[in-house]
Amino acid sequence: MITFEDVTKRYRDGTVAVDELSLEVPNGAITVFVGPSGCGKTTSLRMINRMIDATSGRITLDGQDVREIDPPTLRRGIGYVIQQAGLFPHRKIVDNVATVPYLLGWNKKKARARAMELLDLVGLDPGLADRYPFQLSGGQQQRVGVARALAADPPVLLMDEPFSAVDPIVRASLQDELLRLQSELRKTIVFVTHDIDEAVKLGDTVAVMRVGGRLAQMAGPATLLTEPADDFVREFLGRDRGIRRLSFISAKEVRLRPAPSDLVTDEDGRPLGWRTAEGLAAHGTFNPETDSLRAALDAALLSANGTAVAVDEEGRVRGVAGRDAIDELLAEYAPPAAGPAPGASRGGTSEGAPT
Amino acid sequence: MTDEPLVRWDWIARNWANGGPTAISALLENHVVMAFLPVLFGLVVALPLGLACVRWRWLYQPTAALMNVTYSLPSLVLFSIFLSITGLTRSTVVIPLTFFALAVLIPAVVDGLASVPDSVRQSAVAMGFRPARRLLRVELPVAVPVVLAGLRVATVSSISLVSVGALIGQGGLGNLFIDGWQRQFYTPIVVGIALIVLLAVLADGLLVLAQRLLTPWSRARRTA
Repeated sequence: MITFEDVTKRYRDGTVAVDELSLEVPNGAITVFVGPSGCGKTTSLRMINRMIDATSGRITLDGQDVREIDPPTLRRGIGYVIQQAGLFPHRKIVDNVATVPYLLGWNKKKARARAMELLDLVGLDPGLADRYPFQLSGGQQQRVGVARALAADPPVLLMDEPFSAVDPIVRASLQDELLRLQSELRKTIVFVTHDIDEAVKLGDTVAVMRVGGRLAQMAGPATLLTEPADDFVREFLGRDRGIRRLSFISAKEVRLRPAPSDLVTDEDGRPLGWRTAEGLAAHGTFNPETDSLRAALDAALLSANGTAVAVDEEGRVRGVAGRDAIDELLAEYAPPAAGPAPGASRGGTSEGAPT
Repeated sequence: MTDEPLVRWDWIARNWANGGPTAISALLENHVVMAFLPVLFGLVVALPLGLACVRWRWLYQPTAALMNVTYSLPSLVLFSIFLSITGLTRSTVVIPLTFFALAVLIPAVVDGLASVPDSVRQSAVAMGFRPARRLLRVELPVAVPVVLAGLRVATVSSISLVSVGALIGQGGLGNLFIDGWQRQFYTPIVVGIALIVLLAVLADGLLVLAQRLLTPWSRARRTA
């Protein structure tokens, strides 16, 4: 566990980058620091591995004050992924990944073997091992960056806006990849971003910071979307909070009914569309086992008759859910009418207040 | 003079290796030594000085200013100054040329280190490199293409500048120009020019080759 205790970073010119920050980063989960530029999120991250030293306060790593640890030794035990990947241009991919093992004094053979394992883990073709960084795409370079950070199997991973320099499609796939990796590795990850959608997608916990280095709210993404602590957080979360919140509710509980006869399927039972006088009309599908309520609602909205089609992994029809069934679940998960909900970190709900 | 051919091959044959100090081969050898020593000394001095200029930024402006002033002095002036100290020796040419090489190489080292992307330097710090190892294993290797580009300029200009030393009798192939000029005899002049150009092209080619071998990772190579 990483803890910040009244951590302040004040620069010589008097600028306060981080102001009395106190928070706990739980083990084995992704904690996202998010906020506009100038909120001190990157400074906070870099104080963990002492690339920046705090002016006052304490940061502890599993109970030990990081200031008591020699910086290079501390850093070799903490993975770090930087925005532009920051790969060493003069080293082959395999040697880039093996950087920390080399620093730790592993022999070349063992370090390279480990590097090859990691390339595989992050989904890179082992044929890329002998290439140089300039021969790789931005997305591939960023995967190498992740592999390099993981090479010595550090329990903690710091990620500083790692996916912000790649295009949206690559970014989405890198995010999915990170979530997949994390489900296997269970690292303690601190992830910095200015993108609230990325924060909500990746974070088990999201710490929203405001300019001047103060913590505005720290909560799980669903709570954050339902109960923003104040106007700053509400505004930062942006539009569509109500809809986005549905991403965190499983579609498992949607009450399904048997497929009606006007749903046309192929011989394997995969839906083709709704039978109408004019021919087949559009239908939307969702998988109740893996999808969210947001996907179920989306499927209903995409269907010509407002009925979402539930399918299994193979895409075969399991049943259908009308808007009434979805609405039932929506009502169940409606935000509390008044006052703070149990578990909310602070503040009440002031839905309807002008933003 | 009017019937004089541009090149008299028999003169070249007789004077290529006549055993004396004015033999063409002896002058060539002299030229090579006097051109390369300044570059070598320059590199040895420019590396630590360049590093110091990066480490202590305030040092760079005065160093660069001093080097630029030196570079603007005609080489002949510098030769005359050192003539009174080191006399009619090779040093009188080699020392000033070392200053000229420094004027090119110090900025090359500084610019080379500045060419290391910030993300690369920061990730080296974050991986746990200590400063000395980071310099030797990451920053200097990444700076090599820029330093080599400076080395090419310094080498070629050094090869050409040596000939001015002929005015004090230490000019390597440049002595052929004086000889030819005094006797109104073209052959030595043509031979001198041809050999100097050849030497410059050869040296530059070797440095390009060295760059290819040293920096197979360089992006520039793909577009070159």
